[in-house]
Amino acid sequence: MALTATTSKGMTFGEAGSALAFAALSFLSIIIAAKAYTPEYAFHAYLFAAAAGAAAFKIIDCYYDRPAELPPLTINGKPNYNMGPVKFGTLASVFWGVAGFAIGLLIALQLAFPALNFDTSWLSFGRMRPLHTSAVIFAFGGNILIASSFYVVQRTCRARLVGDIAPWFVVLGYNFFIVIAGTGYLLGITQGKEYAEPEWYADLWLTVVWVTYFLVFLGTIMRRKEPHIYVANWFYLAFILTIAVLHLGNNATIPVSLFSPKSYIVWSGVQDAMVQWWYGHNAVGFFLTAGFLAIMYYFIPKRAERPVYSYRLSIIHFWALIFLYIWAGPHHLHYTALPDWAQTLGMVFSIMLWMPSWGGMINGLMTLSGAWDKLRTDPVLRLMVVSVAFYGMSTFEGPMMSVKEVNSLSHYTDWTIGHVHSGALGWVAYVSFGAIYCLVPWLWNKERLYSMKAVSWHFWISTLGIVLYISSMWVAGILQGLMWRAYTSLGFLEYSFIEVVEAMQPFYVIRALGGALFVAGSLIMAWNVWKTITAGEEVAEANATQSILIAAE
Amino acid sequence: MSVWARHKIFETNSIILVIGVLIVIAIGGLVEIVPLFYLKSTIEKVEGVRPYTPLELAGRNIYVREGCYNCHSQMIRPLRDEVERYGHYSLAAESMYDRPFQWGSKRTGPDLARVGNKYSDEWHRDHLINPRAVVPGSIMPSYPWLAQNDLDADHVAEDMKVQAALGVPYTPEMIAKAGNDIRTQATTDAPSGDDLVKRYPGAQVRNFGGNPQKITEADALIAYLQMLGTQVDFKLYDNKANVR
Repeated sequence: MALTATTSKGMTFGEAGSALAFAALSFLSIIIAAKAYTPEYAFHAYLFAAAAGAAAFKIIDCYYDRPAELPPLTINGKPNYNMGPVKFGTLASVFWGVAGFAIGLLIALQLAFPALNFDTSWLSFGRMRPLHTSAVIFAFGGNILIASSFYVVQRTCRARLVGDIAPWFVVLGYNFFIVIAGTGYLLGITQGKEYAEPEWYADLWLTVVWVTYFLVFLGTIMRRKEPHIYVANWFYLAFILTIAVLHLGNNATIPVSLFSPKSYIVWSGVQDAMVQWWYGHNAVGFFLTAGFLAIMYYFIPKRAERPVYSYRLSIIHFWALIFLYIWAGPHHLHYTALPDWAQTLGMVFSIMLWMPSWGGMINGLMTLSGAWDKLRTDPVLRLMVVSVAFYGMSTFEGPMMSVKEVNSLSHYTDWTIGHVHSGALGWVAYVSFGAIYCLVPWLWNKERLYSMKAVSWHFWISTLGIVLYISSMWVAGILQGLMWRAYTSLGFLEYSFIEVVEAMQPFYVIRALGGALFVAGSLIMAWNVWKTITAGEEVAEANATQSILIAAE
Repeated sequence: MSVWARHKIFETNSIILVIGVLIVIAIGGLVEIVPLFYLKSTIEKVEGVRPYTPLELAGRNIYVREGCYNCHSQMIRPLRDEVERYGHYSLAAESMYDRPFQWGSKRTGPDLARVGNKYSDEWHRDHLINPRAVVPGSIMPSYPWLAQNDLDADHVAEDMKVQAALGVPYTPEMIAKAGNDIRTQATTDAPSGDDLVKRYPGAQVRNFGGNPQKITEADALIAYLQMLGTQVDFKLYDNKANVR
């Protein structure tokens, strides 16, 4: 690149500012580490110091390495997409996916064979279970959401991501949050609120990362060359915004001290319960649903080479879904000390939620009109279509379980665990696998995936795993619920609690078997992704020009 | 212009889309959460619920740290079998000082809302070291480190200060005596025991962990477990007065 006389190289405000901010954070972290109340917290402070120091160094190093001009927004009239952060997020998602599923398998085995807790604090179920849920929801799911959103927003807006440091800060900062959260659970640092376990300092860090994410995403939309904002971006935007609101509401805590990892939430008791499940259910609604519907709205039409089935249906179900979901939280608190009026509202809205959920399912499935034959030949599309079918199934099961009478049986049992996993494995993981299988060849400029046969194996092995998992949990859960409430003919409770625990053993073994199959499938995917990147066939230049010609016809 | 064409304003203007989304997602949360703070019927009027003693609070924080809520609920529902199995259904008032609430969502193990005074301290000690020693079919992990770790008694006053700032009725006296109160409550026949019980009515004062030489995390956790669900005297509780 030729240096012209008019451009002298200088640090941008973003480079200088962020390098300074990281250096300051690194310094502050060292002070905190020195005065920390617990060694666990000091360890985290040192991690912060090292990461912030490395970030400051890297920013300055990149500044010296780069040419005087910043990367152009367009090259020869075509958008100069920034795919580096997308690649990182995609690979991080594969890594955390395998790790999170494997930890899930371990805790499933712990329930069947308690000796596997090894009498060790950091390996015990109570600390590993949040590690599993966070690893799969926030690390595996979060990374593919961030990666795919950065990909989709650039392609559908035909614009380069806003900022050069900011997108990298989002993916790297988010993964650093995962490391802090995960190591924290193992060391016993937790808020004790399900799916919101990270303590105050991790929450603050995530807030900074998330606001940056929102600004990068919104800024890129504002740069768009297309008049309309594509439907997938509505869902991504709703996901990013609502998660921000939920995160702030449910983590409103006061730290005991700057030098203590412990904080106390401002809400207490019944109000805390309501805020928690307002958060908890909408982590499902907006993280695990709206975000992944955005993936569905881009990747299924793209892969099937069909337009989205109904534009009007997408409008109706978008607004209905985000309006109704927010109300559904109290169904986690049926028959508790939460006032009845709130429980009833939660139940009514949960049942209504069935409709917009199925609106999304219908829109996804019907997009295949005229392309159903591709299911026979394309296992990637098969993964995504089956994911939408699982979405439909769990969004029917959910409203059913939110009916108070059903809930009186299902609540506190393994039925809930089965329900969650039909959504998490069947819907969230499958649509993510589909997106990963699409993204990897696109991002690394490969003709196709290394092995379609391996995708097929992945599909069938993990489908068998899901079936074993959810059916064993249905049986276990309903059996638990019925045994707890069983009476003898003389009017005494028929089973002691421990008899019900013992009755679960075979189902816990079957569940672990299903989990093992799911882990095996994800390992096949990791291998396939690796081989595609390292040994896949490059896209031929001739082909590339040809496809442009065809598109121009 | 049809309704569908009017939707164009959201599709072509990102800020209007953002504002639209924020309004739509705000409504449900506001309607369900805000009234819980001002409707007087949300928390029952009931005698006996007091803030945790410093030892119980430390024990509760260990309960949270170990993730006990992943398998144990603290919320008895008003269903016949639950009331017979666990005791009177839980009141909102009983968790009014709980930060965070620990109602739980799963019963891999039994509900603990009224586990207080159901088992002896010895039972709890043995059970925490190896659950299968006292309940052969149990699948609970063993927690042998609790009886070995010294309890951190130095910082609990700071915890209480934060809670007091959030509205828990901890007096300056309670906060000043927090460290002493921990040692007192974990000592059998402690001379200052009566003084502690004056501040925290109904508090149980004795060595919970089985080792009079030192105060361990097991002392704190067992003290917490032994008080769970014991504060309200349900012989005196008037159900009808709190119909909601």
